[in-house]
Amino acid sequence: MARAVTPARKLGFTIASWTVGLVIFFPILWTFITSFKSEGDAVAIPPLFVNFHWTLENYVLVNQRSDYLLHFWNSVVISVGSTFLALVIAIPAAWAMAFVPGKRTKDVLMWMLSTKMMPAVGVLIPIYLMFKNTGLLDTLTGLVIIMTLINLPILIWMLYTYFKEIPGEILEAARMDGADLKSEVLYILTPMAIPGIASTMLLNIILAWNEAFWTLMLTSSQAAPLTQFIASYSSPEGLFYAKLSAASTMAIAPILILGWFSQKQLVRGLTFGAVK
Amino acid sequence: MTSTLRALFGACAVAALATVATAETTITVATVNNGDMIRMQGLMSDFYAKHPDIKVNWVTLEENVLRQKVTTDIATKGGQYDVMTIGTYEVPIWGKQGWLESLNDLPASWDANDILPAIRGGLTVDGKLYAAPFYGESSMVMYRTDLMKKAGLTMPEKPTWADISKAADAMTDKAAGIYGICLRGKAGWGENMAFLTATANSFGASWFDMKWNAQFNGDAWKKTLTYYVDLMHKDGPPGASNNGFNENLALFQQGKCGMWIDATVAASFVSDPKASKVAADVGYALAPDNGLGKRGNWLWAWSLAIPAGTKHADAAKTFVDWATSKDYLSLVASKEGWANVPPGTRKSLYANPEYAKVPFAKMTLDSINSADPTHPTVNPVPYVGVQFVAIPEFQGIANDVGQQFSAALAGTTSVDDALKNAQKLTTTAMTKAGYIK
Repeated sequence: MARAVTPARKLGFTIASWTVGLVIFFPILWTFITSFKSEGDAVAIPPLFVNFHWTLENYVLVNQRSDYLLHFWNSVVISVGSTFLALVIAIPAAWAMAFVPGKRTKDVLMWMLSTKMMPAVGVLIPIYLMFKNTGLLDTLTGLVIIMTLINLPILIWMLYTYFKEIPGEILEAARMDGADLKSEVLYILTPMAIPGIASTMLLNIILAWNEAFWTLMLTSSQAAPLTQFIASYSSPEGLFYAKLSAASTMAIAPILILGWFSQKQLVRGLTFGAVK
Repeated sequence: MTSTLRALFGACAVAALATVATAETTITVATVNNGDMIRMQGLMSDFYAKHPDIKVNWVTLEENVLRQKVTTDIATKGGQYDVMTIGTYEVPIWGKQGWLESLNDLPASWDANDILPAIRGGLTVDGKLYAAPFYGESSMVMYRTDLMKKAGLTMPEKPTWADISKAADAMTDKAAGIYGICLRGKAGWGENMAFLTATANSFGASWFDMKWNAQFNGDAWKKTLTYYVDLMHKDGPPGASNNGFNENLALFQQGKCGMWIDATVAASFVSDPKASKVAADVGYALAPDNGLGKRGNWLWAWSLAIPAGTKHADAAKTFVDWATSKDYLSLVASKEGWANVPPGTRKSLYANPEYAKVPFAKMTLDSINSADPTHPTVNPVPYVGVQFVAIPEFQGIANDVGQQFSAALAGTTSVDDALKNAQKLTTTAMTKAGYIK
């Protein structure tokens, strides 16, 4: 028998949830507030929360100094492009592993995951040389390829988990009705797995948007995304926290808005198949 | 017919020449995010007016990200950058490897003899200049004149470490939130180890002897670290083991530090009334010594270098010539005032009576002149570099040693254990690297 939820218990959970949420969100809130301070106010002791002279000066300076739109566009192309390319590879791969598993399917899955365990810097030089020799340094094509490869294991694992939740009998019934492989994947499997695919896609876009090692190392001026935009405002010798906060706010705003509007799909996808 | 052909060929030749004359060469310049470099980007109209055939793409990055990127690019001959901003640590190593273009052939008007000898020495390998200094810095004591007066003390122009302890004790008023001294404590080769290596030089210590044996088991290092930890525990701010340049700058600007020993470039920040609450009450003195002939100040120069094998070497040299010339210093002075001129590179700047009026100009020059990267220590050493050892392994080793010394400051380990560990890990790394046979 389910336990009754008393109002006091409900209140306790609500307060706890809000507290955890605020703690997690606080660094973003503080970055946002700092972006409206002067550099002097940004390092004031004790810290100033709202009682300071609010200014848009940092946003003006950042826009004067940097080409935000170029960096933004590069981030969009890299994250969306790599996500779609990865999905094209990951959906058939996950289908094969979920519905026609072989003896070594589990080993292959584990091997794919193991590629994520090596520190990225360990393969920096070989990849840098490959990019140099193929003319891919500082190109969007190169970044889309590398981001696809990096996130592919996670995509396949997530999709594999979602596909496993779909009863094989439905696919068998489709086959009995004469569906070929293409129709089975396109018209039966994909529509049923849409919440899972959508959440995988959104998560991958967020991961690719935030990736800051390869996007910094393999670009210089033409293909540099927003990660480089932020890095250009950080300095160990000089207090530029307010400008850095303005640049960070501008860099995270698009992905924050995307996350806000798609949170239902994200949660639905992440809990897909959790309760039968 | 012949005349028509001639006219046609002539027209083609003129068209070809015109194309050559207007062909644009694009160079990519990688640089650090600091005030002087950003100011240069704002003054590029002067460069374009003089060199309309060269376009400059800027890649501005945080220092450590930039270092990782340009090191990867130059080691793999990636060719992403035509001009790189590097420091006095990289130049001797990369110059020896043959990774950089020599700048000995810069035009006579650039006047290499005008560069301050200490800076020029740090950028030269086997007689070849491998980078042109954009701005130079040393370290010095910045102190609160009002607090010194209140304590009834006067800061000597050339203080000893004993003077520093005395002043720190006198100015500390923990109840009022004022700490006598703020020093770097955050672990890192460019953080606490820059300060402690330079300080150790003035205590007679060094990283290695002439056979590359680590020297942390010596008496001089024990005196250095004991002095630093005791002073900071007594008169330093809480949580000092997390403080680097920026944290100490914020504390000093907010009036929380009696003294701060750090980069000379900080003088322009602490004396800026818009950013600093104590701008009117800052005095400057040379970094302290112990009477052993070496002061505890460092030497650094952010410099422009051209990677060997760049396809645009001529355009890159034209840019380097412009950015590090005497004319550029005059340009900054005319547009932004003398206080904003990149300091620490040219003798002519310090001979200029207008620049002499800048409050920290003389102390910056004296500090730079008192550092000698080729003879940094009391006893002879096999390396170049004041606050670093110019070998590729240094960054990794000094980061590890920095962790030990930061832990000693935080009180999680003792001075003796920190030194013992530093000796062990340095010896292991140097043996692995083949320095110790």
